[in-house]
Amino acid sequence: MLSITHYLVLSLALFTIGVIGVVTRRNVIIILMSIELILNAVNINLVAFSRLFGDTAGQVFAIFIITDAAAEAAVGLGIMIAFFRNRETVLADEMDLLKW
Amino acid sequence: MLFDKIAFYFFGGLAVISAILVVTRRNAVHSAIFLVTALLATAGIFLQLHAEFLFIVQVILYVGGIMVLFVFVIMLVNLDVAIRQIQFNRMWLVALLLTVALGAQVYMVFHYAHTGMKEPLFTLPARPASALEPNTERIGLALFSDYMLPFEIASILLLVAMIGAVVMAKRKV
Amino acid sequence: MLNSLYEFFKPHLLPLLFAAVIVAVLPLLAGYVVLLERKVMADMQARLGPMRVGPHGLLQPIADALKLLLKEDIIPENADKWIFWLAPLLSVTAAMLAMAAIPFGPFFQIANLNVGLLFILGVGSMGIFGIVLGGWASNSHYSLLGALRSSAQLVSYETAAGMAVVSGVLLGGTLNTRGLVEAQARGHVWFVFLAPVGFFLYLVASIAETNRAPFDMPEAESELVAGYMTEYSGFRWALYFLAEYTNMIVVASIATTLFLGGWLRPFSSWHKADFLDYVPMLLMLLVAGYSLYRAPKQPISVQKMFMVAVAGLCLLLAVILGLPQFAPAGSMFVAMKPGVHGAFWFLLKVGTYLYLFLWLRFTFPRYRFDQLMKLGWHLLIPVSIVNVFSLGIALYLHRSAAEGGYGWGMWSSIAVTTVFTLLIAAWLLRKSEQPPATPAVDSF
Repeated sequence: MLSITHYLVLSLALFTIGVIGVVTRRNVIIILMSIELILNAVNINLVAFSRLFGDTAGQVFAIFIITDAAAEAAVGLGIMIAFFRNRETVLADEMDLLKW
Repeated sequence: MLFDKIAFYFFGGLAVISAILVVTRRNAVHSAIFLVTALLATAGIFLQLHAEFLFIVQVILYVGGIMVLFVFVIMLVNLDVAIRQIQFNRMWLVALLLTVALGAQVYMVFHYAHTGMKEPLFTLPARPASALEPNTERIGLALFSDYMLPFEIASILLLVAMIGAVVMAKRKV
Repeated sequence: MLNSLYEFFKPHLLPLLFAAVIVAVLPLLAGYVVLLERKVMADMQARLGPMRVGPHGLLQPIADALKLLLKEDIIPENADKWIFWLAPLLSVTAAMLAMAAIPFGPFFQIANLNVGLLFILGVGSMGIFGIVLGGWASNSHYSLLGALRSSAQLVSYETAAGMAVVSGVLLGGTLNTRGLVEAQARGHVWFVFLAPVGFFLYLVASIAETNRAPFDMPEAESELVAGYMTEYSGFRWALYFLAEYTNMIVVASIATTLFLGGWLRPFSSWHKADFLDYVPMLLMLLVAGYSLYRAPKQPISVQKMFMVAVAGLCLLLAVILGLPQFAPAGSMFVAMKPGVHGAFWFLLKVGTYLYLFLWLRFTFPRYRFDQLMKLGWHLLIPVSIVNVFSLGIALYLHRSAAEGGYGWGMWSSIAVTTVFTLLIAAWLLRKSEQPPATPAVDSF
């Protein structure tokens, strides 16, 4: 195994890219995809530490995170379809019903 | 060892490049394809870390399940109009700030880990790979003994999400 | 430098060779499965089928491949160019990757992964992307509809197939493909007899997963032209075709490994049935004799020569398969026997399973899309879940299964739980036949 720093830096890079995507994109679907990137970066960390300490806990939690990502994608995309049906848009800054 | 390094840099580089492409592409389908690449590259990193079961879970669930859902939804909502609109909002400053803050935090972690701790974390030798073998059996045992309650809660979460998605996406309830 | 490179690749040489063989042979094999399909279809419809190219149409696949290679390759103007280019490649790659973990014999396997079965399923599920993206990139309504139908169908039947596979994994106690076959050898029984419901569910789900009739919704010719492949032509279309037939071979291989005893001979541990070891050789001799008998009756001399060549090939195979039987003990040929005979039995079982596919295709009418979804979600998935539960209960009642023996207690508990599963299935079937109060499914 390479030193843990390698994995931390890789994970940091993916996490940052994901955050930038969430903040700067307007398309809700791409925002959801960026969130998947962030969760994925966290997974890399967990698995790397699990390997470092020889403990399965990290991998088990990575599985939980994947479960969570699945639930989030299902509900998020469901909301998006419902919203698209009503407002004909997928852009985040046009979802401003409360500002009426 | 050399093979380990090659694998890590190949998959890591692939993951970072495709992640950048995910957030910069104009077309959502292209983004989705690059996200698939990024997820597969991450699966490669898992394999390089001797986590075979997680590798295959990543491929089946993320790539074969979640991403198919994404592509499916992208096709359901007609995006021809959306592509021609402006794709980025004017939040570059916030993004930059966030990145700088994150970088600073991580730098501090590295700094203190090198100087402040009795046992330096980042040069800690890894346990032998055999500590996690047989991988699938160990994870299964952990899931169904130590993490039984979280496992059940996760299944309830999935059930709730499933019902929620159906209610949300159905035309008439 | 070169030496260290050689040292590095040395353990991987044999797998690389196997991979090269599979990549080279698979397109040919797929082509001949197409020929088999056309011949079987012709036979069932009292026709002759392809007869022109080569004797009995034996060279037809090669002619077809050449034709497809030389055809003009059209990319629609409004298509998304690089996704249009990428999609068929994705399909083929996913299908071929899945072959990596399949054991064709005790020795002939590219990668002996300890999550082999999950690997095959996971990589196979990536093939959906090829179909969906191809349909989307063509920028045509037929293609998009075909792609949407297909992704919905594949995702729903993957669940049923996965749960059906679990029943085999429960019995074998491992995810390693080779370990599964070895478990069947230890238990002296193929898992199809212990989990008949699981096998049947896998059969139905695998037909749906490979988009074959009666579930060939994504490319229903009469409604959608050719579904997601409508805009494809020439070589790209051939790649989709190759992917489809490779997928058929892959699911047949999974079923063979998991339920039909993989490379094991029928009655492999019963020594009174050892005469079955002569069957491969005799079968090959029979084919060789028949081709020699037919050779003089061919119209052209080239076809005569081709028939003789076929006979020669079969004779060669017969010698390879027969030598271990007659060679003195301890010689190289006897050591070869498990590998050679294993590959023969494996391919024979795969062929039988494929024949079942073809038979079903020409016997059943096509389902309607909402019927298909209803069958998947209301019948197959509940039954497969009940099946896993009842098999688990049966295994719990008889822990002896873990040691490899399957006694009478095991058989009786299996029988009771199977009957229970079938009763549940019958109840679900009756319930689904009653007309619902409101039209339940809103389909596309």
